[in-house]
Amino acid sequence: MSHATTAPHETHHDAHYPGGIMRWLTTTNHKDIGSMYLTFALIMFFVGGAMILAVRAELFQPGLQLMQPEFFNQLIGIHALVMIFAALMPAATGFANWQIPLMIGAPDMALPRINNWGFWLLPPAAILLTLPFLLAVFGIGDGALNTGWTMYAPLSVQGGIGVDFAIFSIHILGISSILGSINVIVTIFNLRAPGMTMMKLPIFCWGWLITAFLLIATIPVLAGAVTMLLTDRHFGTHFFNAAGGGDPILFQHLFWFFGHPEVYILLLPVWGLMPHVLATFSRKPMYGYKAQVYSFIAIGLLSVVVWAHHFFTAGLPVPALLYFMYSTMAISLPLAVLFFCWIATMWKGAMSFETPMLFAQGFIIMFGVAGLTGLVLADVAADAQYHHSYFVIAHFHYALFAGGIMGVMTGVYYWLPKWTGYMYDEKLGKLHFWLTVISFNLTFMPQFFLGLAGMPRRIPDYALQFTEFNAISTVGAMILGFSQLIFAWNIWKCARGHANGLAPAEGRAWEGATGLEWELSSPPPHHSWEVQPDLRQPGA
Amino acid sequence: MAQTHAAIETTHPSDHPPGTHYFVPQPSLYPFILSGGMFLLALGFILFMNKFAAGSWIMLAGTGVILTVVVRWFGRIIHESQTGSYREWEDKSFRYGMIWFILSEVAFFAAFFGALFYVRNISVPDLLTMLPRHDFTLYPEYKDLLWPASGGGPKGIAFTPMGAWGIPAINTALLLSSGATITWAHWALLKNNRTQLNLGLFLTIALGVVFLGFQGYEYYHAYTELGLTMGAGVYGATFFMLTGFHGFHVTLGTIMLMVIYGRCLKGHFTANRHFAFEGVAWYWHFVDVVWLGLFIMVYWL
Repeated sequence: MSHATTAPHETHHDAHYPGGIMRWLTTTNHKDIGSMYLTFALIMFFVGGAMILAVRAELFQPGLQLMQPEFFNQLIGIHALVMIFAALMPAATGFANWQIPLMIGAPDMALPRINNWGFWLLPPAAILLTLPFLLAVFGIGDGALNTGWTMYAPLSVQGGIGVDFAIFSIHILGISSILGSINVIVTIFNLRAPGMTMMKLPIFCWGWLITAFLLIATIPVLAGAVTMLLTDRHFGTHFFNAAGGGDPILFQHLFWFFGHPEVYILLLPVWGLMPHVLATFSRKPMYGYKAQVYSFIAIGLLSVVVWAHHFFTAGLPVPALLYFMYSTMAISLPLAVLFFCWIATMWKGAMSFETPMLFAQGFIIMFGVAGLTGLVLADVAADAQYHHSYFVIAHFHYALFAGGIMGVMTGVYYWLPKWTGYMYDEKLGKLHFWLTVISFNLTFMPQFFLGLAGMPRRIPDYALQFTEFNAISTVGAMILGFSQLIFAWNIWKCARGHANGLAPAEGRAWEGATGLEWELSSPPPHHSWEVQPDLRQPGA
Repeated sequence: MAQTHAAIETTHPSDHPPGTHYFVPQPSLYPFILSGGMFLLALGFILFMNKFAAGSWIMLAGTGVILTVVVRWFGRIIHESQTGSYREWEDKSFRYGMIWFILSEVAFFAAFFGALFYVRNISVPDLLTMLPRHDFTLYPEYKDLLWPASGGGPKGIAFTPMGAWGIPAINTALLLSSGATITWAHWALLKNNRTQLNLGLFLTIALGVVFLGFQGYEYYHAYTELGLTMGAGVYGATFFMLTGFHGFHVTLGTIMLMVIYGRCLKGHFTANRHFAFEGVAWYWHFVDVVWLGLFIMVYWL
């Protein structure tokens, strides 16, 4: 998509680069790979979205209208895995691929073939995840993973072939994430322009660096957990079976040791790009660079020691509950530092509200809702009421949709002119923003009330008193889902900016933008920085 | 612009002053084919475990693809290395990359060590103490259960845990010695003493192979004489998964050692440029350290 405009004049002159499909299969170029990651993420965003729209349609009214509970169970679990592993994470990796070399003055990513491998592992993994739907049609197996994305034992030990598909899909996605992380770390450590010390590193790169550390620390633990699940299922081990001395709660510990840092893996790249956008459209330097970097590090460290707050009701000893409650609440401190830095960056700035800035505003407000409701959930005494209710669903969609996905949209609109060489259609962008933000709140705000009233998650039917809020939520979800077609159309239009008569973007596409990536032309040359900029000399 | 990027790909790196040119490889189809091979292997394994006849054939095909690509890809890298594509800057990237890869492996083993600590300290004692706390017990057989757990659960067969001071102690000595021999080989490489280098590597490989032979015998002994199987309670599960994944890593490490041994015999590596040698040595030390953890936590205590 965004690559379309860079393609002709790049490959045209250069016989070395294969054209057509082979260009994409074989590429070692960070921009091509970044574009593939982003395109893949967008496609999977619609796949995961279609799944959940079917779920919301079923929940429009009480009773079973459209599907059997078995199919409903498959949809919710695969929706989550697709959105997390195949949409949000690849989108963030696409940003890393496109932006990190531009921002640090590097010619490319440090390990280009590994980079290509990291991307091409994703389609096989996505196929493994969704293939069981298709196989079930031909009578092989009983459909996809139907345990919810958390795959808790013992349900997942007893599940069908879909669990095996999900296990191997997770293995392959995990390998892809680790390859991507190694590439980011090596690139940042080894390919920075001379004079760019770590404390001059653009903050987006810092966010991604901490993300990469977390991925390397936690993805292998998830791989270990699903491997134990596999051997419990097929090779007679008793990791999660009390009859042999094991414990199903062990799976929850291992899963959430990965699962909680995963939240920050999804959000840190967004927190990294947010200050750039806020500073650009406030026409001021970002406030509190060091404070934000230290907060990223603090959040990274805290994120790996708070996991058990995801299963407070599973029967943990009281000292453990207290520890996990207080450590979880402690995360709100560095997070508050980030919020105040974002606000202070805008303070008394000459602000203008182009689409990326609008998304950034929506992000700050609604991600704030996610943070505050998270504090409530972290309270052990209160959590007994909220646990496994729609309150949790609403909370983490404020975190991962309004925080994660709207953050990604912020980045896409901010950098699209840099990537394509054309300014996107501002009217469409604003329409997309307002439809998204209104319908998002229409979808998820009622779910807080449903949860407080006691509606459990993951159930295809519900009691009559929940009908109105569910109907509102479904209407909101449909608007939200279909509004995203505007997003896709806007990107497509921008990628073919010349044909659509859009204005070409300057190198510094935004008036207030600072940083190395804006020193290059839009779109940047094939090898971003063939000669590294020397930041040791003033004015270089 | 187009002329300059033609230049960056085709000119020999020594045409550029040091530190100004980073090697970006030509487009390559290997990663894509490798991903396809991994897809086939995973798909085949899933079908195999669920008793579909095609499974093992698909696995075989996937393995063939993976092996072919890995051999070709590494061959390509060795060729690039020998023809001078990599200099200090690229070398440093490989070093960072290897370190972070090994750290991810550490995290993988941490999951299984974590499971071991959890069952030893939490789940097994909990099952033991259910009677006084809750006035009932699921499994009366557990009343005198101590770690190493010696029963396979309510319906499980009794088994004998693996002792530490037989084969495992010998294997500890073998692996520690192999850590010494590879360091001895590294010193030789730094001094440009090729005979000692080749001898040191040969000894390291031999120690690794003997280790694997002993471990194979230990597994055979466990299954046939001790009644210790994967299904022998959570002790059997943690024992075989930890030692099994370690053994798999020793196997990979030994193959890597064989590759660099072959390269040494062909005269590759110099005293100041030998990342592949060092990467394999780091990996071997990592495998060594994991073994020490296993010896202490799984066999001894």
